Amino acid sequence: MHHVSDAPPPFFHRGPSPFARLAVFGLLSLALLFTDSRYGYLEGIRSVVAIALHPLQRIVQIPGETLAWVATYFTSQRELADEVASLKQQVLVQAPAAQGHELLRDENAALRALLAVHARFANAATAAEVLYTGRDPFSQKLFLNRGTDAGIKPGEAVIDQFGVVGQVTRAFPQMAEVTLITDKDHAVPVKVERSGIRGVFFGAGAGRMPELRFMASSSDVRPGDKLYTSGLDGIYPADLAVAQVTSVERETGQMFSRILCTPLAGVDRSGYLLVLRQGAAQLPRPDEPAEADAPKRGVRGKGRRSG
Amino acid sequence: MAVLRKASLLAPSRPEEILRPVNPWFIPLSFVVALLGNLVPLAGMAAMARPDFLALVILYWCIHEPRYVGVGVAWALGLVVDVADATVFGEHALAYAVLAYAAEYFRRRVLRFRRWQQAPQVALLLMIGAATVLLIRFVGGAPLPHWTYALPPLVGAVLWPLTSVLLLWPQRPARSSAER
Repeated sequence: MHHVSDAPPPFFHRGPSPFARLAVFGLLSLALLFTDSRYGYLEGIRSVVAIALHPLQRIVQIPGETLAWVATYFTSQRELADEVASLKQQVLVQAPAAQGHELLRDENAALRALLAVHARFANAATAAEVLYTGRDPFSQKLFLNRGTDAGIKPGEAVIDQFGVVGQVTRAFPQMAEVTLITDKDHAVPVKVERSGIRGVFFGAGAGRMPELRFMASSSDVRPGDKLYTSGLDGIYPADLAVAQVTSVERETGQMFSRILCTPLAGVDRSGYLLVLRQGAAQLPRPDEPAEADAPKRGVRGKGRRSG
Repeated sequence: MAVLRKASLLAPSRPEEILRPVNPWFIPLSFVVALLGNLVPLAGMAAMARPDFLALVILYWCIHEPRYVGVGVAWALGLVVDVADATVFGEHALAYAVLAYAAEYFRRRVLRFRRWQQAPQVALLLMIGAATVLLIRFVGGAPLPHWTYALPPLVGAVLWPLTSVLLLWPQRPARSSAER
């Protein structure tokens, strides 16, 4: 606004100057940023806007769904026959395990009853479809097409056919926000399948490999080991596959080894996911001050708010 | 007349069509379409390089129709994006407000260039918006992002000429038979 010709003549006057507006809206944004990240007062407004956005999110699904439908329609008979054959074979391969499973489950239930241990996670689950993935490069999130109307609540675990995908962090009426296990602010308590050692699996953000942190350099972890949820957090049911160890670096100067992992679930690929109901395994939650013991919880306090 | 001479000095060097006034309904429609573009589920490289269509459209209107779209509208749209992207309230709002202000500040300069020459300047403006988001994330304790963070503004700038042509389409004068 230094140049004479830049200033509009008085009859074109349009209220406060752009800079004044920027100042006002900037301050307003800062106030919002502060309020939203410190206190969760604005969740009501958020869900109202989310409902308004929902039709748009449905529209966006249409091209993909149409393509998928067309692709299915033109699948050749031969492909179908091949698929049926391979599925039949798969069923055969899995049959012994499935038949044994019934027996084992009953036996396990009886043993657990004897030991008076909490029942394993209830099998109740809701299937949901991925609406879209978050565009924010700083956090790993995705959105499901089911929400509180299907009974989904924040804190519930989300899995696909291979393993744990993440955890519901916000639930709206027709939509739920899932924080993925690869998110920087997300941690899952796990145990190593082979040795049974417990640890905490930390996401590292987009494009970085998640880590099994704070494992002493003497701990028995090898590349290829599978990590399963330990169920200690009361959020993720026990014994869900999480990740596979890809590399273990032990340096003499370091107290902990650096263990990089690859998630087993199709964290950024799966289109259909399963939201597990929090069953009987859920223990009463300690009061809010207990939030200090961060790694015990699925998502650390900070991550839940700022993502 | 002095005013006319001054106007001819300010005018772009190339001949310009006299445009019809913008249909006020077209602006919100373009915002909705841009938001749809932001929401389309993508994966992998496409998701990483996806430009912020909404920022691009906001930039277009701030430059071409500052009387309709300014800092306030951009701010409100930023709030919608904050919900859609599940980011902290005010993050994109602030970024878009800064973007709109920068656009308003540079608009006369940008408009003097041809469409493809505008693209680098648009890249700079989009970077300012992206940098605002980055700054807010740094305050929140985010680490330095991957270099791909700079991709969306660049892709956005590449798409700028196309965006300009599309958004200007309804305003082009109807060709009368006398003309050609």
